[in-house]
Amino acid sequence: MSGTTCQPGLERLRWQCRRGLLELDLLFEAFLDKRYSSLSDADKETFNQFLEQQDQTLQEWLLGKTAPEDEAMARMVKLIRDAI
Amino acid sequence: MNIPVRRFDTLILGAGGGGLRAALQLARADAHVAVVSKVFPTRSHTVAAQGGVNAALANVTPDNWHWHMYDTVKGSDYLGDQDAIEYMCRAAAHLVYELEHAGVPFSRLESGRIYQRPFGGQSREFGGAQATRTCAAADRTGHAILHTLYQQNIRARTHFFDECFAIDLIHDDDGTVLGVLTMDIATGEPLVIEAKTTLIATGGCGQLYRTTTNAHINTGDGMAMALRAGIPLQDMEFFQFHPTGIAGKGMLITEGARGEGGYLVNKDGERFMERYAPNVKDLASRDVVSRAISIEVREGRGCGPNADHVMLKLDHLGSDIVAKRLPGIRDTCKTFMHLDPVDTPIPVFPTAHYAMGGIPTDRFGRVVMPSGDSPEEVVPGLYAAGECACVSVHGANRLGGNSLLDILVFGRAAANDILGFLKNNRYHRPPNQDCIDKAYERFARWEKRGDGESVQAVRADLKKAMEDHCGVFRTEKIMQEGIDVIKAIRARIPDVRLQDQSKVFNTARVEALELENLADIAIATMRSAEARQESRGAHSRIDYPDRDDVHWMKHSLYTLEDDTLDYKPVRTKPLSVETFPPKKRVY
Ligand SMILES: Cc1cc2nc3c(=O)[nH]c(=O)nc-3n(C[C@H](O)[C@H](O)[C@H](O)COP(=O)(O)OP(=O)(O)OC[C@H]3O[C@@H](n4cnc5c(N)ncnc54)[C@H](O)[C@@H]3O)c2cc1C
Repeated sequence: MSGTTCQPGLERLRWQCRRGLLELDLLFEAFLDKRYSSLSDADKETFNQFLEQQDQTLQEWLLGKTAPEDEAMARMVKLIRDAI
Repeated sequence: MNIPVRRFDTLILGAGGGGLRAALQLARADAHVAVVSKVFPTRSHTVAAQGGVNAALANVTPDNWHWHMYDTVKGSDYLGDQDAIEYMCRAAAHLVYELEHAGVPFSRLESGRIYQRPFGGQSREFGGAQATRTCAAADRTGHAILHTLYQQNIRARTHFFDECFAIDLIHDDDGTVLGVLTMDIATGEPLVIEAKTTLIATGGCGQLYRTTTNAHINTGDGMAMALRAGIPLQDMEFFQFHPTGIAGKGMLITEGARGEGGYLVNKDGERFMERYAPNVKDLASRDVVSRAISIEVREGRGCGPNADHVMLKLDHLGSDIVAKRLPGIRDTCKTFMHLDPVDTPIPVFPTAHYAMGGIPTDRFGRVVMPSGDSPEEVVPGLYAAGECACVSVHGANRLGGNSLLDILVFGRAAANDILGFLKNNRYHRPPNQDCIDKAYERFARWEKRGDGESVQAVRADLKKAMEDHCGVFRTEKIMQEGIDVIKAIRARIPDVRLQDQSKVFNTARVEALELENLADIAIATMRSAEARQESRGAHSRIDYPDRDDVHWMKHSLYTLEDDTLDYKPVRTKPLSVETFPPKKRVY
């Protein structure tokens, strides 16, 4: 309950984190549980945009095969990797 | 309860490759088609398929569909239906070219033709030299197919219900299937979608097992819906495991790691594959390696605090080889295990990968079940295609690259049959109200408040029980215990309560519905596996180590209502060529 009342949108995000790749499920789940609530509003917004990317692209970024050009996205990659 | 209703000509549950291929065919023929998907379509599990799709294009080595058919029949350990296999292998090239024209960016050979790579189990001349049959779009084949099909569907004006969860099938008094009760995940509200035909394309159920390569969404929802509608599931005992998944997590460590010289050790540091396969050792076939790992753990030689895995050593290969030839593995280990395989061994355990069994269909995608004297009576209005279906082209064991082919071929075949059905069934029929009420009850049951067990606890126990009792190591005793354990876990579900009763994007509620689905499929799998007293393909029994064609060359059918098993013959007669009679399967 607490999640829904004090952070509108967390529940929606939790479903957006359901992906077609197990790797992404595990990374996002850990990030939402451990790190998301302490993000700044700006970072929360970046995470929202991050989730709009395609699964294969996200996987390549998060496993370090390629790096996003966008700085904010690159920062998000690091935050997510640090949370697992 | 007055539930809102939407009506379409035809309904598709699932927006993976199977569902989208079917939807495209239907939308292009001007049918009013709706696709329901619990996640945004391009997040379907088909994106995970990196290897590629099989078609005998003969771009690299000589090849033809008949050789592909032979390999598939042999790979299935002679449990595949040869009419469906012939149909699939003959259709393969056409479907791949169609995708190419639709815009899938297949990798190219220098000649400009579609690039193909060799996979295990592919041969020329009926068991001869290696064939090269798998068409790939770099390592993004599934992704490219899914995105292309989605774009084409948008153009063809397919109607999508995104983030919409299908709960149960609805039908009329005669048993004709007429659509589904759904829940809009965003609002938590129910919606009935009525249609003249319903195609189930909800994918696999790897989440049955604790260690799996499958994403969290693969909970076999469509299979469980069929079971609850009184339709049996076919060949559920056949589940393909990959020997080396990251222990407790499931991600694949490719065979390439052992191909490059990596080897497995137990807690004593012993290179145990030498005992199981003295010649090929760590390069033995998947089932042999999986079983060996499982035996080591069972006999107390597992590693780690719970002694529940073995170690894959790559540290002797040197950092150059690991970095150059196995970069993906290194990335995965660093990210999830915080270890570098260059200097630390990787904890591994067999990981559940692919469900060969599913909803029984014929090669037109029509769902069939025994009725009276006929083993295969069509269930009117109901179709299934993709990993949730059992047509059966994979029989007891699927070949790499054949699953993407299966979803495309039978997604299209089902759509073609649906178009015929729609011509003869022009009007909507009224559904049976009792069956809507029953489905609604199952949905509303999760609003019960109070104390009770959590979904997570029961789901974790279920997955562990399946791993322990219905994994790669199967004996009568282990599985009989397993049946009792699964039944006890199922009995706990009525006492499970949700702490979060909110309506908006309530993931916990979706997970509760998924848990019920998993529990239904678990019992189907466990019971079918316990009953089959032979080893065939992916089903290997320590107490019945040989294949037994006299008694067991037949498909299992498990019915949930009365908890019974039935059997039907394998279709050994192809459409136009000679039967491939069963032979010992050696590679
Ligand atoms: C890691 C990995 C790699 C693989 N690589 C290959 C490969 O290289 N080649 C190959 O041929 N095969 C491969 N496979 C197998 C292949 O990817 C799958 O079998 C295939 O993609 C399944 O497609 P599908 O259309 O049946 O289902 P999916 O793609 O799984 O789609 C299922 C759809 O159903 C929807 N759905 C499910 N339940 C519900 C519900 N209750 N309500 C509403 N919607 C629902 C989902 O949202 C989704 O849209 C691989 C599998 C894995 C796990």
